[in-house]
Amino acid sequence: MQCLRQIRCVTKLRAAAPTSRLLKVTNLLRSVSTLQQKKQEMADNKPWVLISEIGDKGFHEDVVDIINQHFHIVCLKEFLQNPALHGPKIQGMFMWNFSPAAEPSLLSCLPSLKVIANGGVGIDHLDVPYINSFGVKVTNTPGVVSDATADMAMALLLASARTVIEGHLISVDSKTTHVPQSLMGVEVTGSTLGIIGMGHIGYKVAQRSKGFNMRILYHNRNRRSVEDEQAVGASYCEKLDDLLKESDFVVVVVNLTPDTTGLISHRELSLMKPTGTLVNVSRGLVVDQDALVKALMSGTIRAAALDVTHPEPLPRDHPLLTLPNVLITPHIGTNTRGTIRKMVQMMVDNVLAAVKGLAVPNEVKAK
Amino acid sequence: MEMADNKPWVLISEIGDKGFHEDVVDIINQHFHIVCLKEFLQNPALHGPKIQGMFMWNFSPAAEPSLLSCLPSLKVIANGGVGIDHLDVPYINSFGVKVTNTPGVVSDATADMAMALLLASARTVIEGHLISVDSKTTHVPQSLMGVEVTGSTLGIIGMGHIGYKVAQRSKGFNMRILYHNRNRRSVEDEQAVGASYCEKLDDLLKESDFVVVVVNLTPDTTGLISHRELSLMKPTGTLVNVSRGLVVDQDALVKALMSGTIRAAALDVTHPEPLPRDHPLLTLPNVLITPHIGTNTRGTIRKMVQMMVDNVLAAVKGLAVPNEVKAK
Repeated sequence: MQCLRQIRCVTKLRAAAPTSRLLKVTNLLRSVSTLQQKKQEMADNKPWVLISEIGDKGFHEDVVDIINQHFHIVCLKEFLQNPALHGPKIQGMFMWNFSPAAEPSLLSCLPSLKVIANGGVGIDHLDVPYINSFGVKVTNTPGVVSDATADMAMALLLASARTVIEGHLISVDSKTTHVPQSLMGVEVTGSTLGIIGMGHIGYKVAQRSKGFNMRILYHNRNRRSVEDEQAVGASYCEKLDDLLKESDFVVVVVNLTPDTTGLISHRELSLMKPTGTLVNVSRGLVVDQDALVKALMSGTIRAAALDVTHPEPLPRDHPLLTLPNVLITPHIGTNTRGTIRKMVQMMVDNVLAAVKGLAVPNEVKAK
Repeated sequence: MEMADNKPWVLISEIGDKGFHEDVVDIINQHFHIVCLKEFLQNPALHGPKIQGMFMWNFSPAAEPSLLSCLPSLKVIANGGVGIDHLDVPYINSFGVKVTNTPGVVSDATADMAMALLLASARTVIEGHLISVDSKTTHVPQSLMGVEVTGSTLGIIGMGHIGYKVAQRSKGFNMRILYHNRNRRSVEDEQAVGASYCEKLDDLLKESDFVVVVVNLTPDTTGLISHRELSLMKPTGTLVNVSRGLVVDQDALVKALMSGTIRAAALDVTHPEPLPRDHPLLTLPNVLITPHIGTNTRGTIRKMVQMMVDNVLAAVKGLAVPNEVKAK
């Protein structure tokens, strides 16, 4: 393939006019260099890994160097053109934004696959026992995502409460003539925050809210220690209903499991204050979206701010997209340069360990 | 009925989108007869002599000589908001009229707004929302990248009531807090929020990931942030302004944003408000602008109006006026 390209390139070079000869020479040299690089890759001992792509639908090009340092990368599109070519060599798969999907059709092309490293801590989209049955481990990225996700929850809460989107759109609108006195938000300082799910991320949300003098309630499968509660001034609500009734802001920070699917539905939304705001940074399926639409349209709750929906992105005709009291961000809870680099480094560490047959730091075990 | 009523008369700009929110008018109505500016100007001689107080909201009605001379009984102008840079206090005093503002009650909401702007800018909330609701969006954009807030360095310029509350809120995000102020705060104040004093503004600008401007507008702070200050900031730095538009040299800001001298700006205040519709700030991708809504919550506005009512009542009754702004 490379040789054919070279021949075409040289032919074009001979036929080229003098002024473009320098460009043609440069291209030829580049082709030669690529060929030499490929030869080197074949001789190199770096293990091979599969990723979806580099770019807006895959890995940010800024972070690819972290993977490249230790692995040869094959992108899914190239892989699928000839699965037999690279398939037997691939020992690791880097999953980002649920892609490449761990389908049987793909897994059966990867006989040497040892590990699927997921970017992110939530693995509800992965059938871990099924993947394990192929002799493949699953890893995630706990811990490193917590700060950025907690920051995102606060960003959504504040943006919704203080009408930042509406304010900005009015400010930059070509038809705006005056400062709108009717644009009214709700108070954050001194309000009541209800955190559903007080794990790593939920607790960090509590830590951030404390600085705003918010009264903090939380609901969790298990109660936290007294020290943990006192450190952030959080009160345990054994009954979710109590948290819903008393909160001005309800922040959902749970894993998606069979127990939490549809956790927030008609009943829960109707228990919330009409001035209440729902913030979701967990998974779209934790919230019953049809119930949410109804609640927002009827004024059952004031507003919602969602970094996650189901599916992602929503169908373009979904009612959530046009409601005035909804803020939606496209699952960017971990989208900072620092956090993404930490996630990718963690994925690399896990894949290296699995490839070398060592203990895998962040393996997700089937329950 | 109104004539028999003993309630004093006050002048306001209007009720509605350019004036007082209708939700809060009841607070004023409880104690006063209200005349709106438009009605007043139709026949100044009718209500003019009766008006003892003026409620100023969003700089309106303006304390122009032409207006003041129609209000011979005016005792007080109560401003909604703590900043009174738009008022010539000695001049107004010369008419025998006091000026009051609303300190304290605006601090929480304004500090919350500063944090809202900082977070929205850092985490690309506007861009994210617009992509999410765009009819042409087909996939989740992996290229949408923000900057880390947790563990970053915050530089607060102006550590008064509001600036200090910004520090209190940032502490929960594990931010390293620097501040620059005319006067250094007490050791206890600094330690309570973990803030370090920067005697030189330049040092704060060089080290901060987020620079939050929370000063009063005075001759000293006009154009405080200009070309030099912006060039000292990190190219990854974000400027947040919740003070007054004139504290920042807007032309310098436009240049800095276009050239990548700083990463982004988030402004609740500009000069003028609103900006001319052809102003470059309105189309730069790395600018977030909100229309001076730093105190726009139901609770805070009600507190502000109540404070204004208390001040006007005191002035009308000849009692000590709680929040009078004295000429320096």
